[in-house]
Amino acid sequence: MKRTLAVIVAAATLVVSACGSKEDLGGTGQEAASGEVVVGSADFTENKILAEIYAGALKATGAKVSVRAGIGARELVVKALQDKSLGVVPEYTGNLLNYFDKTNTTTEAEAVYAALKSKTPQGLEVLEKSDAEDKDVLVVTKATADGGVKSIADLGSGKYVLGAAGEWQQRWEAKIKDLYGVTFTEIKTTDAGGPITVDALKNGTVQVINLYTTSADIKANGFVELEDPKTMYPAQNIVPLLRSDAVDAKGKEALDKVSAALTTENLADLVKQVDVDKKTVANVAAEFLKTVSL
Amino acid sequence: MVTYLSDAGTRAALLDRLLEHVYLSLVPLVVSVVLAIVLGLLCHRFRPVNATLIALSNVLYTIPSLALFAIIPALIGTRVLDPVNVISALTLYTTALLVRPVAEALDAVPSHVTAAATAMGFRPWRRFLTVELPLAVPVLAAGVRVGSVSNISLVSVGALIGTGGLGTLFTDGFQQRYLAPIIVGIVLTLVLALVVDLLLVLLRNRLTPWVLVGKP
Amino acid sequence: MIFAEAFAWLVDPANWSGGKSIPVRVGVHLLFCVGAVLGAALVAVPLGLFVGHTGRGSVVLVGGSNALRALPTLGLVTFLYLITGGGTVGVLIALIVLAVPPILAGTYAGIQDVDRGVVDAARGMGMTGTQRLWRVEVPNALPLLIGGLRNAMLQVVATASVAAYVGIETLGRPLLDGVRVLDYAQFVGGAILIALLAVALDAVLAGVGRLVVPAGVRLSARAGRTRSSRMQSRRRKSPVPVESGGSPA
Repeated sequence: MKRTLAVIVAAATLVVSACGSKEDLGGTGQEAASGEVVVGSADFTENKILAEIYAGALKATGAKVSVRAGIGARELVVKALQDKSLGVVPEYTGNLLNYFDKTNTTTEAEAVYAALKSKTPQGLEVLEKSDAEDKDVLVVTKATADGGVKSIADLGSGKYVLGAAGEWQQRWEAKIKDLYGVTFTEIKTTDAGGPITVDALKNGTVQVINLYTTSADIKANGFVELEDPKTMYPAQNIVPLLRSDAVDAKGKEALDKVSAALTTENLADLVKQVDVDKKTVANVAAEFLKTVSL
Repeated sequence: MVTYLSDAGTRAALLDRLLEHVYLSLVPLVVSVVLAIVLGLLCHRFRPVNATLIALSNVLYTIPSLALFAIIPALIGTRVLDPVNVISALTLYTTALLVRPVAEALDAVPSHVTAAATAMGFRPWRRFLTVELPLAVPVLAAGVRVGSVSNISLVSVGALIGTGGLGTLFTDGFQQRYLAPIIVGIVLTLVLALVVDLLLVLLRNRLTPWVLVGKP
Repeated sequence: MIFAEAFAWLVDPANWSGGKSIPVRVGVHLLFCVGAVLGAALVAVPLGLFVGHTGRGSVVLVGGSNALRALPTLGLVTFLYLITGGGTVGVLIALIVLAVPPILAGTYAGIQDVDRGVVDAARGMGMTGTQRLWRVEVPNALPLLIGGLRNAMLQVVATASVAAYVGIETLGRPLLDGVRVLDYAQFVGGAILIALLAVALDAVLAGVGRLVVPAGVRLSARAGRTRSSRMQSRRRKSPVPVESGGSPA
């Protein structure tokens, strides 16, 4: 008993002293000084995988890299880029453009990307966009779809309850009314395409949810994606958003190679490996990087 | 669970999370012990300070930690992801928890003891550091133990703003609908709290040998 | 500036109607908090009375309630969500777990704190164990017991905001949504509402305390306080750390 106690105490002392000597615990924010690149991600699986892939690619160029995962939504992440807590984040062209330019109406991939490049604030920049895309999509259960709801336009006004992340309302409530004349009896705040959103649709609390096209939950639950004939949701190509001085030319080249290697299909497969097969984000990212020649 | 822990990368990441957790929960503890002693002394000497501090700490306790974590950057100008935000918030809570017991313990030092120390020629500061403060240690230690446990369990909430130590395991596991990381996170939090508590008891016993001697 | 924005958010009529309005969220928040504290009291008060009265199991009680304190609420809530497939039960259980230690500590310390002389006098008058418990120890323990309930309520009100993470419309909703997108008006507004609710509930419990604590006990408690500070000695020798607070989550 006495010995066990001694071992526990010794171990704990080690832990504490190890902690004391480790100067940088995952981004204390001293990035500029140490030349370390901090890759950040928003709080959903796909974004975390992408951040880990970016980090691996940058590491391969010899840079010192750390990852801050699951930070929050875009508003918080961009703020962290600007105050130099982060260097790079994986982003989506359409939503990022709408964030930088609240009046934007562009939705087609190339046009969105061109507009995004010109609207990105001083000090930040976007690299080459990837062909891989992960769009917002409204989905319903098969039963609802069989009842005649195939397109966003079929949602009508005041017939259904929608479940989506907190920021959906500010971003889309007005637009969906303008384009399709659609209103909801209620917009319930759930989460960013996570378990709360999916479960709310499954148990009938809501009848429509906002998911992402790469989500493994759509196929797994037989949900039906609603068509968006008037392209309310803009193109959402994956694109690295970075602070210009945080990454050198070699690093930018490596990130471009990653973007070139990503496709919508392999991205969806990466998400499935984490969410369904329960592999770790780090392993899935590392496996993917082996297929990219950096 | 076994599959989850069998991966070396996962174990390394767990260690990082654990170290971050230790850092985020114990730095505030150490800082607030110092702060609480200073403030407790002020309370002990000046009654009005006492009333003000107690009122302030009552108000503080009604503010949810998530809100405090997030508002600190706007109040003191730190960056939004800086661990300092979580550390300062926890320091505030812990100091609020410790000030009152410290003040009461100082009040409770028998006057004949301080009188004897003064008679032996102790200057006020030396008397405070070598007589009054050590006598307050048992009460302070009880408060520190509660503070360490509650800090260790509170750090997790920081995961909702991207600075959460082991709390990240809860948000990650939840999004994956994967129990293994959540269970590991809970168990590691409990073990950490237990180990730190044991260390605090040992430290207290070292600092107050007379208490043990006095026992049958 | 921030507080002006938060105030504007608070008085915005848009936040006062519909399923996500402030009154609805206050109601949900209140239900969870009152439910959790009641649930915790049902467990913790009898347990605290038993241990305090018999003196048996105090070590287990202290160890157990410290372990409960260390349980991270966010971990418990997410764990129980995945197990039960929904947020409601999990959040309620997690909040009960949070509320038990302070109530237990308050009850136990209250019984321990009763002047041994008073208990002996009751014994001398021929009271049985049960009579001593209900007629002497419990009335005398009420001030500390209510203190425990108030501590529990404060922590539960602040922590119930975590429920929003698993989709429950408590006042944590504006807090969490606001924090994710750095909308200061929203989350500071939410925090203010939570703080006000905490203060209001605390006042209600304090009022209840004034109603149920017998006048004699109140007087003697006050006398005890002045006496102990004048004598500058700690009266209580209970082995439990009497701090029953923790920090709010």
